[in-house]
Amino acid sequence: MAIEGADIVKAAAYIGAGLSMGFGAIGPGVGEGMAAAKACEAIGKNPKEAGLLTRTMLVGQAVAESTGIYSLVIALLLLFVV
Amino acid sequence: MPYDIQTWVKVAALSGGGMAMGFGAIGAAIGEGYTAASANEAISRNPKLSGDIFKAMLVGQAIAESASIFALVIAMMLLFTKFASHVLMIPVLLGAGLSMGLGAIGAGVGAGYPAGAACTGMARQPAVSGRLTTNMLIGSAVCQTPAIFALVVSFILLFTDFSKSPVSPTWAAILGAGISSGFGAIGSGLGGGLVAQASCDGISRQPLTATPVTNVMLLGQAVTQTTAIYALLVSFILMFKTFPATDLIAPPMALLAAGLCMGIGAIGPAIGVGFAGKSAVDWIARNQEHVADLTRLMLVGQAVAESTGLYSLVIALILIFVV
Repeated sequence: MAIEGADIVKAAAYIGAGLSMGFGAIGPGVGEGMAAAKACEAIGKNPKEAGLLTRTMLVGQAVAESTGIYSLVIALLLLFVV
Repeated sequence: MPYDIQTWVKVAALSGGGMAMGFGAIGAAIGEGYTAASANEAISRNPKLSGDIFKAMLVGQAIAESASIFALVIAMMLLFTKFASHVLMIPVLLGAGLSMGLGAIGAGVGAGYPAGAACTGMARQPAVSGRLTTNMLIGSAVCQTPAIFALVVSFILLFTDFSKSPVSPTWAAILGAGISSGFGAIGSGLGGGLVAQASCDGISRQPLTATPVTNVMLLGQAVTQTTAIYALLVSFILMFKTFPATDLIAPPMALLAAGLCMGIGAIGPAIGVGFAGKSAVDWIARNQEHVADLTRLMLVGQAVAESTGLYSLVIALILIFVV
Protein backbone atom coordinates (compact mmCIF):
# COMPACT_ATOMS: atom_id res chain seq x y z
CA MET A 1 0.00 0.00 0.00
CA ALA A 2 1.71 3.14 -1.20
CA ILE A 3 0.93 6.16 0.92
CA GLU A 4 0.74 9.31 -1.12
CA GLY A 5 1.53 12.82 0.04
CA ALA A 6 -1.87 14.24 -0.84
CA ASP A 7 -3.57 11.48 1.16
CA ILE A 8 -1.53 12.25 4.27
CA VAL A 9 -2.20 15.97 3.93
CA LYS A 10 -5.93 15.29 3.73
CA ALA A 11 -5.79 12.97 6.74
CA ALA A 12 -3.96 15.63 8.73
CA ALA A 13 -6.51 18.26 7.69
CA TYR A 14 -9.37 16.05 8.95
CA ILE A 15 -7.69 15.36 12.28
CA GLY A 16 -6.87 19.05 12.57
CA ALA A 17 -10.47 20.04 11.89
CA GLY A 18 -11.76 17.64 14.53
CA LEU A 19 -9.25 18.78 17.15
CA SER A 20 -9.83 22.46 16.32
CA MET A 21 -13.57 22.29 16.86
CA GLY A 22 -13.35 19.83 19.76
CA PHE A 23 -10.91 21.76 21.92
CA GLY A 24 -12.24 25.09 20.67
CA ALA A 25 -15.68 24.27 22.06
CA ILE A 26 -14.53 23.86 25.66
CA GLY A 27 -13.70 27.45 26.53
CA PRO A 28 -16.73 29.24 25.09
CA GLY A 29 -19.08 26.67 26.62
CA VAL A 30 -17.66 27.12 30.12
CA GLY A 31 -17.32 30.89 29.79
CA GLU A 32 -20.84 31.45 28.52
CA GLY A 33 -22.16 29.27 31.30
CA MET A 34 -20.41 31.50 33.84
CA ALA A 35 -21.98 34.58 32.26
CA ALA A 36 -25.42 32.96 32.43
CA ALA A 37 -24.81 31.95 36.06
CA LYS A 38 -23.96 35.51 37.07
CA ALA A 39 -26.94 36.86 35.15
CA CYS A 40 -29.26 34.50 37.08
CA GLU A 41 -27.66 35.70 40.31
CA ALA A 42 -28.12 39.33 39.32
CA ILE A 43 -31.78 38.83 38.41
CA GLY A 44 -32.31 37.02 41.70
CA LYS A 45 -30.95 40.04 43.55
CA ASN A 46 -32.54 42.71 41.39
CA PRO A 47 -35.49 41.31 39.42
CA LYS A 48 -36.60 44.74 38.16
CA GLU A 49 -33.62 44.97 35.84
CA ALA A 50 -34.33 41.65 34.13
CA GLY A 51 -34.41 43.16 30.62
CA LEU A 52 -31.13 45.02 30.98
CA LEU A 53 -29.43 42.02 32.57
CA THR A 54 -30.61 39.63 29.86
CA ARG A 55 -29.33 42.01 27.18
CA THR A 56 -25.96 42.39 28.89
CA MET A 57 -25.68 38.62 29.31
CA LEU A 58 -26.40 37.99 25.64
CA VAL A 59 -23.87 40.60 24.46
CA GLY A 60 -21.23 39.20 26.80
CA GLN A 61 -21.95 35.66 25.64
CA ALA A 62 -21.78 36.72 22.00
CA VAL A 63 -18.26 38.04 22.61
CA ALA A 64 -17.29 34.85 24.46
CA GLU A 65 -18.70 32.86 21.57
CA SER A 66 -16.30 34.45 19.09
CA THR A 67 -13.44 32.02 19.74
CA GLY A 68 -15.84 29.12 19.24
CA ILE A 69 -16.77 30.61 15.87
CA TYR A 70 -13.09 31.02 14.98
CA SER A 71 -12.66 27.28 15.70
CA LEU A 72 -15.65 26.49 13.51
CA VAL A 73 -14.27 28.64 10.67
CA ILE A 74 -10.85 27.02 10.91
CA ALA A 75 -12.44 23.55 10.99
CA LEU A 76 -14.52 24.33 7.88
CA LEU A 77 -11.47 25.82 6.12
CA LEU A 78 -9.49 22.67 6.88
CA LEU A 79 -12.31 20.46 5.62
CA PHE A 80 -13.27 22.27 2.44
CA VAL A 81 -10.62 24.78 1.39
CA VAL A 82 -7.14 23.55 2.28
CA MET B 1 9.95 -12.12 16.39
CA PRO B 2 6.49 -13.14 15.13
CA TYR B 3 3.56 -11.36 16.74
CA ASP B 4 0.31 -12.92 15.61
CA ILE B 5 -3.13 -11.30 15.76
CA GLN B 6 -3.99 -13.25 18.89
CA THR B 7 -1.15 -11.64 20.80
CA TRP B 8 -2.19 -8.17 19.74
CA VAL B 9 -5.81 -8.86 20.73
CA LYS B 10 -4.57 -9.90 24.17
CA VAL B 11 -2.42 -6.74 24.37
CA ALA B 12 -5.44 -4.60 23.45
CA ALA B 13 -7.67 -6.37 25.99
CA LEU B 14 -5.19 -5.85 28.81
CA SER B 15 -4.49 -2.20 27.97
CA GLY B 16 -8.21 -1.53 27.48
CA GLY B 17 -8.98 -3.06 30.87
CA GLY B 18 -6.26 -0.99 32.50
CA MET B 19 -7.56 2.22 30.96
CA ALA B 20 -11.17 1.42 31.87
CA MET B 21 -10.39 1.03 35.55
CA GLY B 22 -7.62 3.63 35.71
CA PHE B 23 -9.65 6.48 34.23
CA GLY B 24 -12.83 5.12 35.78
CA ALA B 25 -11.46 5.45 39.30
CA ILE B 26 -10.78 9.20 39.04
CA GLY B 27 -14.30 10.55 39.27
CA ALA B 28 -15.85 8.40 41.97
CA ALA B 29 -12.92 8.93 44.32
CA ILE B 30 -13.08 12.72 43.99
CA GLY B 31 -16.86 12.80 44.34
CA GLU B 32 -16.90 10.55 47.38
CA GLY B 33 -14.10 12.51 48.98
CA TYR B 34 -16.13 15.67 48.55
CA THR B 35 -19.16 13.96 50.13
CA ALA B 36 -17.12 12.75 53.09
CA ALA B 37 -15.62 16.22 53.57
CA SER B 38 -19.09 17.78 53.62
CA ALA B 39 -20.34 15.09 56.01
CA ASN B 40 -17.52 15.84 58.44
CA GLU B 41 -18.30 19.51 58.30
CA ALA B 42 -21.99 18.80 58.85
CA ILE B 43 -21.38 16.52 61.83
CA SER B 44 -19.13 19.08 63.49
CA ARG B 45 -21.89 21.64 63.11
CA ASN B 46 -24.64 19.39 64.42
CA PRO B 47 -23.11 16.35 66.22
CA LYS B 48 -26.50 15.09 67.47
CA LEU B 49 -27.48 14.16 63.92
CA SER B 50 -24.32 12.23 63.22
CA GLY B 51 -26.27 8.99 62.61
CA ASP B 52 -28.53 10.47 59.94
CA ILE B 53 -25.71 12.37 58.27
CA PHE B 54 -23.51 9.27 58.24
CA LYS B 55 -26.31 7.30 56.58
CA ALA B 56 -26.90 10.02 53.97
CA MET B 57 -23.15 10.12 53.27
CA LEU B 58 -23.03 6.37 52.65
CA VAL B 59 -26.09 6.39 50.38
CA GLY B 60 -24.71 9.32 48.39
CA GLN B 61 -21.31 7.70 48.08
CA ALA B 62 -22.87 4.44 46.94
CA ILE B 63 -24.47 6.26 44.00
CA ALA B 64 -21.25 8.11 43.16
CA GLU B 65 -19.51 4.72 43.23
CA SER B 66 -21.79 3.15 40.62
CA ALA B 67 -19.98 4.67 37.61
CA SER B 68 -16.74 3.18 38.91
CA ILE B 69 -18.40 -0.19 39.35
CA PHE B 70 -19.45 -0.08 35.68
CA ALA B 71 -15.79 0.54 34.84
CA LEU B 72 -14.75 -2.38 37.04
CA VAL B 73 -17.23 -4.67 35.26
CA ILE B 74 -15.86 -3.69 31.85
CA ALA B 75 -12.27 -4.05 33.06
CA MET B 76 -12.99 -7.55 34.41
CA MET B 77 -14.68 -8.53 31.15
CA LEU B 78 -11.69 -7.30 29.16
CA LEU B 79 -9.23 -9.12 31.41
CA PHE B 80 -10.94 -12.49 31.65
CA THR B 81 -12.94 -13.03 28.46
CA LYS B 82 -11.39 -14.94 25.59
CA PHE B 83 -11.85 -12.80 22.49
CA ALA B 84 -11.85 -13.91 18.84
CA SER B 85 -8.59 -13.38 16.99
CA HIS B 86 -9.66 -10.80 14.49
CA VAL B 87 -7.81 -7.61 13.64
CA LEU B 88 -10.85 -5.46 14.41
CA MET B 89 -10.99 -6.82 17.97
CA ILE B 90 -7.99 -4.59 18.73
CA PRO B 91 -9.82 -1.25 18.28
CA VAL B 92 -12.97 -2.79 19.81
CA LEU B 93 -11.20 -3.65 23.05
CA LEU B 94 -9.33 -0.34 23.24
CA GLY B 95 -12.50 1.60 22.38
CA ALA B 96 -14.63 -0.21 24.96
CA GLY B 97 -12.04 0.45 27.66
CA LEU B 98 -11.65 4.12 26.77
CA SER B 99 -15.39 4.68 26.52
CA MET B 100 -16.19 3.28 29.96
CA GLY B 101 -13.08 4.64 31.67
CA LEU B 102 -13.46 8.23 30.49
CA GLY B 103 -17.24 8.01 30.76
CA ALA B 104 -17.12 7.29 34.48
CA ILE B 105 -15.15 10.44 35.41
CA GLY B 106 -17.93 13.03 35.20
CA ALA B 107 -20.66 10.91 36.75
CA GLY B 108 -18.52 10.08 39.78
CA VAL B 109 -17.50 13.67 40.50
CA GLY B 110 -20.98 14.97 39.71
CA ALA B 111 -22.86 12.58 41.98
CA GLY B 112 -20.60 13.55 44.87
CA TYR B 113 -21.79 17.19 44.82
CA PRO B 114 -25.49 16.66 45.66
CA ALA B 115 -24.57 14.04 48.27
CA GLY B 116 -22.26 16.52 49.99
CA ALA B 117 -24.85 19.27 49.83
CA ALA B 118 -27.47 16.91 51.29
CA CYS B 119 -25.19 16.14 54.28
CA THR B 120 -24.57 19.85 54.90
CA GLY B 121 -28.26 20.54 54.48
CA MET B 122 -29.29 17.95 57.09
CA ALA B 123 -27.12 19.61 59.69
CA ARG B 124 -28.65 22.97 58.82
CA GLN B 125 -32.28 21.89 58.61
CA PRO B 126 -32.86 18.42 60.16
CA ALA B 127 -36.64 18.63 59.64
CA VAL B 128 -36.35 18.29 55.84
CA SER B 129 -33.89 15.40 55.80
CA GLY B 130 -36.42 13.12 54.05
CA ARG B 131 -37.03 15.56 51.23
CA LEU B 132 -33.29 16.23 50.96
CA THR B 133 -32.53 12.54 50.61
CA THR B 134 -35.15 12.12 47.87
CA ASN B 135 -33.85 15.15 46.01
CA MET B 136 -30.27 13.95 46.34
CA LEU B 137 -31.22 10.52 44.97
CA ILE B 138 -33.03 12.00 41.95
CA GLY B 139 -30.24 14.47 41.25
CA SER B 140 -27.40 11.98 41.47
CA ALA B 141 -29.33 9.40 39.46
CA VAL B 142 -29.51 11.88 36.57
CA CYS B 143 -25.72 12.41 36.89
CA GLN B 144 -25.26 8.69 36.22
CA THR B 145 -26.95 8.76 32.80
CA PRO B 146 -23.83 9.71 30.81
CA ALA B 147 -21.93 6.87 32.50
CA ILE B 148 -24.74 4.52 31.48
CA PHE B 149 -24.46 5.80 27.88
CA ALA B 150 -20.74 4.98 28.00
CA LEU B 151 -21.51 1.53 29.41
CA VAL B 152 -24.03 0.88 26.63
CA VAL B 153 -21.49 1.87 23.97
CA SER B 154 -18.85 -0.40 25.56
CA PHE B 155 -21.25 -3.36 25.60
CA ILE B 156 -22.37 -2.76 22.01
CA LEU B 157 -18.73 -2.60 20.90
CA LEU B 158 -17.90 -5.82 22.74
CA PHE B 159 -20.89 -7.79 21.50
CA THR B 160 -21.18 -6.63 17.89
CA ASP B 161 -19.62 -8.84 15.25
CA PHE B 162 -17.40 -6.60 13.15
CA SER B 163 -15.63 -9.49 11.40
CA LYS B 164 -17.48 -8.90 8.10
CA SER B 165 -16.56 -5.20 7.95
CA PRO B 166 -13.51 -3.95 6.04
CA VAL B 167 -10.57 -3.41 8.42
CA SER B 168 -9.95 0.10 7.14
CA PRO B 169 -11.78 2.43 7.87
CA THR B 170 -13.85 0.41 10.40
CA TRP B 171 -11.01 0.41 12.94
CA ALA B 172 -11.17 4.21 13.11
CA ALA B 173 -14.95 4.25 13.36
CA ILE B 174 -14.83 1.84 16.32
CA LEU B 175 -12.13 3.80 18.13
CA GLY B 176 -13.92 7.07 17.36
CA ALA B 177 -17.18 5.73 18.80
CA GLY B 178 -15.46 4.82 22.07
CA ILE B 179 -13.66 8.17 22.31
CA SER B 180 -16.82 10.14 21.53
CA SER B 181 -19.02 8.55 24.16
CA GLY B 182 -16.21 8.49 26.73
CA PHE B 183 -15.13 12.13 26.53
CA GLY B 184 -18.69 13.26 25.86
CA ALA B 185 -19.85 11.92 29.21
CA ILE B 186 -17.38 13.92 31.32
CA GLY B 187 -19.03 17.33 31.09
CA SER B 188 -22.62 16.15 31.42
CA GLY B 189 -21.96 14.23 34.61
CA LEU B 190 -20.17 17.19 36.15
CA GLY B 191 -22.71 19.77 35.00
CA GLY B 192 -25.67 17.72 36.22
CA GLY B 193 -23.96 17.39 39.58
CA LEU B 194 -23.56 21.15 39.94
CA VAL B 195 -27.28 21.71 39.34
CA ALA B 196 -28.24 18.97 41.83
CA GLN B 197 -25.87 20.43 44.43
CA ALA B 198 -27.58 23.80 44.21
CA SER B 199 -31.00 22.21 44.60
CA CYS B 200 -30.04 20.26 47.75
CA ASP B 201 -28.52 23.46 49.12
CA GLY B 202 -31.62 25.45 48.27
CA ILE B 203 -34.07 22.99 49.84
CA SER B 204 -32.15 23.05 53.10
CA ARG B 205 -32.12 26.87 53.14
CA GLN B 206 -35.75 27.36 52.10
CA PRO B 207 -37.72 24.11 52.59
CA LEU B 208 -40.91 25.75 51.27
CA THR B 209 -39.40 26.15 47.81
CA ALA B 210 -38.73 22.42 47.46
CA THR B 211 -41.18 21.85 44.58
CA PRO B 212 -40.01 24.56 42.15
CA VAL B 213 -36.40 23.86 43.09
CA THR B 214 -36.69 20.15 42.23
CA ASN B 215 -38.56 20.92 39.00
CA VAL B 216 -36.05 23.48 37.75
CA MET B 217 -33.22 21.15 38.82
CA LEU B 218 -34.61 18.44 36.54
CA LEU B 219 -35.02 20.91 33.68
CA GLY B 220 -31.47 22.25 34.11
CA GLN B 221 -30.05 18.73 34.37
CA ALA B 222 -31.89 17.68 31.23
CA VAL B 223 -30.15 20.47 29.33
CA THR B 224 -26.74 19.40 30.69
CA GLN B 225 -27.34 15.89 29.33
CA THR B 226 -27.89 17.06 25.75
CA THR B 227 -24.21 17.14 24.75
CA ALA B 228 -23.77 13.59 26.10
CA ILE B 229 -26.70 12.61 23.87
CA TYR B 230 -25.02 14.24 20.84
CA ALA B 231 -21.89 12.24 21.66
CA LEU B 232 -23.95 9.05 21.98
CA LEU B 233 -25.57 9.79 18.62
CA VAL B 234 -22.18 10.20 16.93
CA SER B 235 -21.02 6.93 18.56
CA PHE B 236 -24.06 5.08 17.26
CA ILE B 237 -23.57 6.43 13.73
CA LEU B 238 -19.90 5.42 13.81
CA MET B 239 -20.73 1.93 15.10
CA PHE B 240 -23.68 1.09 12.88
CA LYS B 241 -22.99 2.83 9.56
CA THR B 242 -21.19 0.63 7.05
CA PHE B 243 -18.20 2.35 5.50
CA PRO B 244 -16.75 1.32 2.12
CA ALA B 245 -13.32 -0.34 2.23
CA THR B 246 -10.40 1.95 1.44
CA ASP B 247 -6.63 1.85 1.10
CA LEU B 248 -6.20 5.55 1.81
CA ILE B 249 -5.37 7.07 5.18
CA ALA B 250 -7.70 10.07 4.95
CA PRO B 251 -11.11 8.30 5.33
CA PRO B 252 -10.28 6.50 8.60
CA MET B 253 -8.71 9.69 9.98
CA ALA B 254 -11.94 11.58 9.21
CA LEU B 255 -13.92 9.07 11.32
CA LEU B 256 -11.43 9.20 14.18
CA ALA B 257 -11.51 13.01 14.04
CA ALA B 258 -15.32 12.96 14.16
CA GLY B 259 -15.21 10.99 17.42
CA LEU B 260 -12.54 13.27 18.92
CA CYS B 261 -14.35 16.43 17.83
CA MET B 262 -17.73 15.45 19.31
CA GLY B 263 -16.26 13.91 22.46
CA ILE B 264 -13.96 16.76 23.44
CA GLY B 265 -16.39 19.39 22.17
CA ALA B 266 -19.12 18.10 24.50
CA ILE B 267 -17.14 18.72 27.69
CA GLY B 268 -17.16 22.52 27.87
CA PRO B 269 -20.77 23.32 26.95
CA ALA B 270 -22.11 20.77 29.44
CA ILE B 271 -20.05 22.24 32.28
CA GLY B 272 -21.13 25.77 31.31
CA VAL B 273 -24.78 24.74 31.14
CA GLY B 274 -24.32 23.23 34.60
CA PHE B 275 -22.98 26.54 35.98
CA ALA B 276 -26.02 28.38 34.62
CA GLY B 277 -28.42 25.78 36.04
CA LYS B 278 -26.69 25.81 39.41
CA SER B 279 -27.00 29.54 39.78
CA ALA B 280 -30.62 29.63 38.59
CA VAL B 281 -31.67 26.91 41.07
CA ASP B 282 -29.75 28.64 43.83
CA TRP B 283 -31.62 31.91 43.29
CA ILE B 284 -35.00 30.30 42.80
CA ALA B 285 -34.64 28.93 46.33
CA ARG B 286 -33.96 32.44 47.67
CA ASN B 287 -36.35 34.38 45.47
CA GLN B 288 -39.31 32.16 44.77
CA GLU B 289 -41.54 34.87 43.22
CA HIS B 290 -39.25 35.12 40.23
CA VAL B 291 -39.20 31.47 39.22
CA ALA B 292 -40.47 32.30 35.72
CA ASP B 293 -37.89 35.03 35.05
CA LEU B 294 -35.04 32.92 36.35
CA THR B 295 -36.08 29.78 34.47
CA ARG B 296 -36.39 31.75 31.23
CA LEU B 297 -33.00 33.39 31.68
CA MET B 298 -31.43 30.04 32.59
CA LEU B 299 -32.76 28.45 29.41
CA VAL B 300 -31.64 31.36 27.19
CA GLY B 301 -28.18 31.35 28.77
CA GLN B 302 -27.93 27.58 28.48
CA ALA B 303 -28.98 27.67 24.84
CA VAL B 304 -26.15 30.07 24.04
CA ALA B 305 -23.63 28.03 26.05
CA GLU B 306 -24.80 24.93 24.19
CA SER B 307 -24.00 26.43 20.77
CA THR B 308 -20.36 25.32 20.62
CA GLY B 309 -21.50 21.78 21.38
CA LEU B 310 -23.76 22.02 18.33
CA TYR B 311 -20.86 23.29 16.19
CA SER B 312 -18.91 20.20 17.25
CA LEU B 313 -21.82 17.99 16.29
CA VAL B 314 -22.02 19.67 12.87
CA ILE B 315 -18.29 19.25 12.22
CA ALA B 316 -18.46 15.61 13.37
CA LEU B 317 -21.38 14.90 11.02
CA ILE B 318 -19.57 16.64 8.12
CA LEU B 319 -16.51 14.49 8.85
CA ILE B 320 -18.63 11.34 8.76
CA PHE B 321 -21.04 12.04 5.90
CA VAL B 322 -19.58 14.73 3.64
CA VAL B 323 -15.80 14.50 3.33
